[in-house]
Amino acid sequence: MTTATIHPLWLRATHWLNVVAVVVLVASGWRIYNAAPFFDFRFPSGITLGGWLGGALQWHFAAMWLLVANGLVYLLFNVGSRRLFGKFFPLSPRAVVADLKAALKGKLAHDDLSHYNAVQRAAYLFVMLDTVLLVLSGLVLWKSVQFPLLRELLGGYEGARRVHFIAMALLVGFVAVHLLMVALVPRTFVAMLRGR
Amino acid sequence: MKLSNRTRPAVDADAVVKEALRQLDQPLRRQFLRRSLTLGGLSMLTGCAIVDDSSVDSALMAVSRLNDRVQGWLFDPNRLAPTYPESMITRPFPFNAYYEEDEIRQVDGESFRLEVTGRVADKHRWTLPELRALPQADQITRHICVEGWSAIGKWGGVPFSDFLRRVGADTSAKYVGFKCADDYSTSIDMATALHPQTLLTLSYDGQVLPPKYGFPMKLRMPTKLGYKNPKHIQAIFVTNNYPGGYWEDQGYNWFGGS
Repeated sequence: MTTATIHPLWLRATHWLNVVAVVVLVASGWRIYNAAPFFDFRFPSGITLGGWLGGALQWHFAAMWLLVANGLVYLLFNVGSRRLFGKFFPLSPRAVVADLKAALKGKLAHDDLSHYNAVQRAAYLFVMLDTVLLVLSGLVLWKSVQFPLLRELLGGYEGARRVHFIAMALLVGFVAVHLLMVALVPRTFVAMLRGR
Repeated sequence: MKLSNRTRPAVDADAVVKEALRQLDQPLRRQFLRRSLTLGGLSMLTGCAIVDDSSVDSALMAVSRLNDRVQGWLFDPNRLAPTYPESMITRPFPFNAYYEEDEIRQVDGESFRLEVTGRVADKHRWTLPELRALPQADQITRHICVEGWSAIGKWGGVPFSDFLRRVGADTSAKYVGFKCADDYSTSIDMATALHPQTLLTLSYDGQVLPPKYGFPMKLRMPTKLGYKNPKHIQAIFVTNNYPGGYWEDQGYNWFGGS
């Protein structure tokens, strides 16, 4: 077993704080969606958080601060330590396709957890950008009059509702794949806890 | 685990204990895994019921108060909500209240008097003709409900800042509160009360405001969510004491602005 640190402490801390924020935001967000669904379904209330709309809104508008503050700390450390550029770049579509093919055939090596393959790079960069989109569209839903430029960019208030929902669905999709990958390579879970 | 020699030799004590532990272990592990995959499990792991705990409730309320302050700070008194052409009006405009449509209150316009109290110079009670005689304005704006849906409507009436100045309101006071004929109440910040699009509406889409939209009057603010826009207003008061409101007292955010 390698003794070198794969994930520094700041990364593990922000990762797990992000888990708390995302679970609370998604579960309360489903409850808020249920109050006025724009698709032909509701989320089962057993998997939502808040008990009623007012409670769900309180959870949502509390956890948003954790998501944003924690996300900023993450980005600050990530850029400041140059980890962002070292770990996630270079990244080419060709490499993503090649690694994806290898992964589907079960031939993608995971012997060095400190090295992200192209699919991981793409997935993690995607989820960073998706989270930024969630925050921006959420800002429009919360304060649509105060952020006119952002509101118009996202297709007005009603457009921002759809953007926020789709970005949530993509985030949940990422989490599902992420958990599956962790289940397939459990060492990655240990590494995110202990750093090694 | 090591048992002493005094146990009966017929059974292998070690093996029994191991088997018992294994049997005990498996459902527990399954249960643990199953629970840890649910939100309910999350609360069990932290050792408290996250939704019912009153300390969590008060923490969430404290964040909600913080969010009031942040929104007050973000609020630009000159920033206007978007307006729309007549063709975009939502028809029929949805009815919404804390009660059903068949429980809409009927207010008698003849005997109606609007009470204005608190930190105001002129406390006389207004009749509807008096209010209709004041300079009027109208707007086509988006009503956004706390539930998420929105609808565009056309309201007409007295710009509320004109009204507040006319009654000699202390515009340095913190709050304007409303009491309504349908036992509803709410309150708003002074900055929003003075916003150019805040309208004491007497009409909807060119007609006298119908009962379902709040006859005889509704305070319309396109910068606030629907529950902050009181209907069937009977009394307006200007105060420095936080008045709360029907939904706000139950946990909806007080500022409720967009």
